[in-house]
Amino acid sequence: MSPILEINNIETYYDLIYAIRGVSLSVEEGTITTILGTNGSGKSTILKTVMGLIEDQPEKGTILFQGKRIDGKDPEEIVRMGLSYVPEGREIFEELTVYENLAMGAYTRKDRKGIAEDMDRVYGHFPVLKDRKDQWAGTLSGGEQQMLAIGRALMNRPALLFLDEPSLGLSPILVREIFEIIQAIHREKTTILLVEQNARMALSISHFGLILENGRFVMKGDAKSLLMNKDVREFYMGIRSEASVKGYQRWKRKKAWR
Amino acid sequence: MLNFLQMVVNGIAAGSIYALMGLAMVIIYKTSEVPNFAQGEMALVCSYLAYMFLDQYGLPVYAVFPAVLVFAFLLGCLLEFAVLRRAKEPNVLGMIIITIGLEMILMGIVSWKFGAEQKTMPFPVSPYDSLVIGKLYISSLEAMMLCVTLVIMGILFVFLRFSKLGVAMKATQQNATAARLMGIRVRRILMGTWGISSVVGCTAGLLISTTLMQPYMMWDPLLKGFAAAVLGGMTSLPGAVVGAYLLGIIENLFGGYVSIEFKSTVAFAVIVLILCIKPSGLFARHYVKKV
Repeated sequence: MSPILEINNIETYYDLIYAIRGVSLSVEEGTITTILGTNGSGKSTILKTVMGLIEDQPEKGTILFQGKRIDGKDPEEIVRMGLSYVPEGREIFEELTVYENLAMGAYTRKDRKGIAEDMDRVYGHFPVLKDRKDQWAGTLSGGEQQMLAIGRALMNRPALLFLDEPSLGLSPILVREIFEIIQAIHREKTTILLVEQNARMALSISHFGLILENGRFVMKGDAKSLLMNKDVREFYMGIRSEASVKGYQRWKRKKAWR
Repeated sequence: MLNFLQMVVNGIAAGSIYALMGLAMVIIYKTSEVPNFAQGEMALVCSYLAYMFLDQYGLPVYAVFPAVLVFAFLLGCLLEFAVLRRAKEPNVLGMIIITIGLEMILMGIVSWKFGAEQKTMPFPVSPYDSLVIGKLYISSLEAMMLCVTLVIMGILFVFLRFSKLGVAMKATQQNATAARLMGIRVRRILMGTWGISSVVGCTAGLLISTTLMQPYMMWDPLLKGFAAAVLGGMTSLPGAVVGAYLLGIIENLFGGYVSIEFKSTVAFAVIVLILCIKPSGLFARHYVKKV
């Protein structure tokens, strides 16, 4: 099976800042893949580069979506090919109603029947949006806004969905709810690429995981083995592996990839 | 009392023009964040074009006016595409200077082609007939201005509220990046807003040119329209309309009861006052982003 998204050795600059330093990644159809990394490691930058949101980037490398080159294209065109992106921090249209926000998600589509079906599907995932469909989106709570952002992206009926930190700023209960919905979306044959800080939650629902540091992947593998990896557990989940008799760890663990 | 009501009615009629100019400026301001000072002169060019076809070629009104409105749309699109989009790393100040430059160029072209003297637009509705409603007089021209303005506002409302393109326009105004992520071609939308704004301004120009037609005719309505837009918060279409009617009425009452010489300046006194008391304007809405 050929990968739905293939990134080959891309490099991205923000002016003089060398943010992505040669990253390759392939996402297999029908999987959930997670990119983990600390703040500033370049997780979101990878997604933004793929979506064409950073002008004149990537500097080097190629990006293939369903076998077609998409690097250097405008985001408008990439979205039309069936790749949707839920940006970090929701970015919903605050002064449009919830319904209008969802309708904008289906902007490129012409089939009224299919749009109505997908609208029902989104309301099925997020019943709260149906109750509030005539409210301005800016009046929703943070969690509801996140749901709206995901729902809006689904209205494009994407083959591949990018989620940029869906758990950002949400309470633990809401985080669990959002992750359950992500799994439900995945069961409906949508491939998902997830970027997260919440390593344990993200890995527990994913098939594959990659770890990004300073613009390079330092580790990749299937999610289960990453969950068991001692470095990952210590540095991304905060689980100290051994404690001394005094009850605290007296040495600092070094990462195996450094 | 009758005198007072009469002045209010005339104020509303005058406010219609300000409302159109204010709407035109707000439409562009919301998408490009530029107060478009070339707005008046874009309308000026269109009015003179209409004059040329009506007066010099003797074409019928019902053919000329729609054609001019189409021309206005294309002119707006062209200016956005050819001039403003070319600006490298645009900032607000630079964009304002560009629109002022455009304004001078357009006015120069009109003065050079048609001369600076007063002209008379051959227009089917005369400013000297009047309608009598109860005991109030309103000239048929003023009545028409009011109707045209209401119709345009109605069309704009329906377009922005119910059409997919209109909603996409609002989406682009609110968050251009997110709009691109919906597959909305924001550059075309931006061009379209300039076109629509130009059409709205053009109707104002055509209405003004019935009583006053010379190259400086658009300055006063433009500034008043801008003032009305600021009064309404600069980002709210209904705000601009209400601001414009308020301004028209206040101005007329001031002219009637206080001083006719300072009638024009009262608009700016009102602006200063509003900016001191409520700097965001009367109708600006502001949403705090939730994290």
